Amino acid sequence: MADTTAQNGSEPWGPKPRKRFSRKNIMLYGTLLMVSIYYALPLYVMIVTSLKGMPEIRMGNVFGPPMEITFEPWVKAWAEACTGINCDGLSRGFWNSVRILVPSVILSIAVASVNGYALANWKFKGADVFFTILILGAFIPYQVMIYPIVILLRELGLYGGLWGLVLVHTIFGMPILTLLFRNYFTAMPEELFKAARVDGAGFWGIYFRIMLPMSLPIFVVAMILQVTGIWNDFLFGVIYTKPDLYPMTVQLNNIVNSVQGVKEYNVNMAATLLTGLVPLVIYFASGKLFVRGIAAGAVKG
Amino acid sequence: MGYTSENLAEIAIDTPQTLAEPSVRIKNLDLNFGSVKVLQNLNLDVGKGEFLVLLGSSGCGKSTLLNCIAGLLDVSGGQIFINGKNVTWSEPSERGIGMVFQSYALYPQMTVEGNLSFGLKNARIPKEEIAKRVARAAEILQIEPLLKRKPSALSGGQRQRVAIGRALVRDVDVFLFDEPLSNLDAKLRADLRVEIKRLHNQLDNTMIYVTHDQVEAMTLADRIAIMKGGKIQQLAAPGEIYNRPVNKYVAGFIGSPSMNFLQGNIQTGDTDVFLSGDVSIPLAGYAFDGLGRSPGKAWLGIRPEHILTGAEAEAAPFNTQAVIEIVEPMGSDTLVWTQLAGERIRIRMDGQSDVREGDTITIGFHAERVSLFDEATENRI
Ligand SMILES: Nc1ncnc2c1ncn2[C@@H]1O[C@H](COP(=O)(O)OP(=O)(O)O)[C@@H](O)[C@H]1O
Ligand SMILES: [Mg+2]
Repeated sequence: MADTTAQNGSEPWGPKPRKRFSRKNIMLYGTLLMVSIYYALPLYVMIVTSLKGMPEIRMGNVFGPPMEITFEPWVKAWAEACTGINCDGLSRGFWNSVRILVPSVILSIAVASVNGYALANWKFKGADVFFTILILGAFIPYQVMIYPIVILLRELGLYGGLWGLVLVHTIFGMPILTLLFRNYFTAMPEELFKAARVDGAGFWGIYFRIMLPMSLPIFVVAMILQVTGIWNDFLFGVIYTKPDLYPMTVQLNNIVNSVQGVKEYNVNMAATLLTGLVPLVIYFASGKLFVRGIAAGAVKG
Repeated sequence: MGYTSENLAEIAIDTPQTLAEPSVRIKNLDLNFGSVKVLQNLNLDVGKGEFLVLLGSSGCGKSTLLNCIAGLLDVSGGQIFINGKNVTWSEPSERGIGMVFQSYALYPQMTVEGNLSFGLKNARIPKEEIAKRVARAAEILQIEPLLKRKPSALSGGQRQRVAIGRALVRDVDVFLFDEPLSNLDAKLRADLRVEIKRLHNQLDNTMIYVTHDQVEAMTLADRIAIMKGGKIQQLAAPGEIYNRPVNKYVAGFIGSPSMNFLQGNIQTGDTDVFLSGDVSIPLAGYAFDGLGRSPGKAWLGIRPEHILTGAEAEAAPFNTQAVIEIVEPMGSDTLVWTQLAGERIRIRMDGQSDVREGDTITIGFHAERVSLFDEATENRI
C-alpha cells in the first residue's frame, strides 16, 4: 500500500492500455482491407499477366503468379506492337503524348496563373463579367464544342497537328485552373500586394517577384491536374490529331482493340501499365506538395 | 454654435501648422465601393512635419482614407495633393509616400535586406546609394544584426521595425501607418509607440497614423481626426479633443472609462442651471456660447476622473450624497459605480481610497469640467 502511493502519487502512469481486437477495430480494419483488395486486385492481375507468356495465359489461371517470368510482352508493347501500318509499338504514342503534354501544361498554367492573379489582385473593369463567363465555360459539355473547334482549328490551319491539340487542352483547362489560381491568390494577404505597389512594382514585377515565389504548392497542384488530365485524354486526341500523331492513350486503344490475330493479353496488360505510368510517377513524386496545395486552397479558399 | 464637418476645413486652416503649404491636402474626397458611400466630401489638411492620427472605431473608413492618400484605391471624386502636387491619379510609388501595414506585409521569400531594398531597386537607384540608405535605416531602427534573416525568423516587433525601415529607405516626406501596432502584444506596443514618436522627432516627416486605440492617438498625435461613418467629427489637438469634444460621440469615444451622461434641461435665468430629475446643477463657470439661445433639452457630460469626492466635493459648487453600488479596484485607481439623478455613473477615485459597497459618500464637480450637448443635434452647446 505505502510504496504504491509513493511510486505513483495519485496519478495513473505507464502506457495507455489499448484494446487491440475490439469489435470496432476489427470492423474498421476489415473494411479497409476489403476496399484495398478491391482496388489492388485488378492491378495485381495486370502485373502478373504482363509477366506471363501466352501459353501460360491460355492455361487460364488468372490470379496465379507467373511460373516463368518474361519481359517479352513489355518489350513488344513498347517497341513492336502494330497499330495500323506502324509497327513501332507504344513508343511513338509515348513521344507524341510528351510533345503534346509539355507545351500544353506549361502554356495552360502560365496563362491561367496570370488570369487568376489579375482577377484576384487587379480589380479591373469588367473583371466580374470575365470571371463569370469563364466559370460558365466550365459547365458547357465538351461534346457541344467539338465540331465548332474542328472548324476553328481548320481556319487557323492547326487541324490535325500537335499544336492544335495543345491549343485545345490549354483552352479547356482554363476555367478550372483560373479558378484555382484566383482562389489561391485571393487568399494571400492583400497588404503584401499593396506594399509591393507602394514599392513601385508593376503588374509583372509583382507577379514574378512577389506572387510566384509564394505559390509553389498551387503550381504543383495545377501541374498534377493538367498532367493527368492531358495524359489521360482520349477524345480530343483522337479527334484533333492524325494517326501519325496519336497520343499514347489512342494508340493503346488501337493496340488493345486490334482485331487481327490472337489477342495477346500479356502485351495488352504491359501496354496499359506503360500508359498509366506517367501520372503514377507524378503522383508519387509530388504527393506531399499536392496535399499541401489542396489543403491551403481548402482552408483559405 | 457647434462645429459641423463643413466648417472644419476653415478651422484647420486657422491652425498654425497649416498656414504654410500643407504636406497633404485632401479636397472634397468621395469614395464609393459600388453603391456604398464610404467617404463623402471629406476635407483634410495635414501640415509639414505634423503627426496626424486618424482615430475611429472599426469600419469607419480610416484605412480607406489612408489607401486613397497612398493611391491604392481609385477615388470616386475630389482631389489629393501631396507637397502641392496633384497626385489624385498618380501611382502609389510616385506620390512620395511610404506605408506601414498592420500585418507588416514583409515579402516572405526575401531577406530583411531584400525587403528594404526592393522598392529602391524598382526605382533603379544605384547600388551604392541603396546600400547607404539600407545601412542608415538599419542603424536608426537598430535592425543591423537582422539584415540577412528572412522575416519568418523575426519576432513581431522586429518585423514591424523592418516594415518601418522599408518606408524609411524610400526617403519620402509622408509616412502612412495603418494600425502598425495592433498585432503586437501590450508591452511591445508601448515600446514601439515610443519609438515611433522618437522617429518622428528625429526625422520631422509628416506622419498620418491610423488607429482605433485612443491611447496611441493621445500620446502620438499633434492633432487627432476623429472619424465616424466616413466623416471627420473633430480635428484638433489631443488636449482640445479631451477637454472640448464637439459632440456627444467624440465625448464618449475619447477617455477611458468613458464620460458619464445625464439627460435633462438647461434653465437660464439669474443663475443658469441644468435640471435632471430632482438634481439641479449650477452652470456658472461653463463657457458656452449659446447660453441665451439654447435653453431646453440637453445632455450633460462629466468624466469619471472629474468627479470629486470627500472634502474637495464639499467645496465644489455642486455636490450631493451618493450610495456606492459597486467598487472596482484597478491598482492605481479605483472605479466606483453609483447613481446620480437616476443615471448610473462612474467615478474614478484614488487607488488607495478604502470605500466599500453600500457606503454613502459626497460627490461633486465644477461646471468648467462639464460638457453640454444639445439633445437633438448632439453637438456641443
Ligand atoms: N473592398 C471593399 N469593398 C466593399 N466595401 C469595403 C471594402 N473595403 C472596405 N469596405 C467597407 O468600407 C468601410 C470602411 O472600411 P475601412 O476603411 O477598412 O474601415 P477602418 O476604419 O476599420 O479601417 C467598411 O464598412 C467596410 O466594410
Ligand atoms: Mg482598417
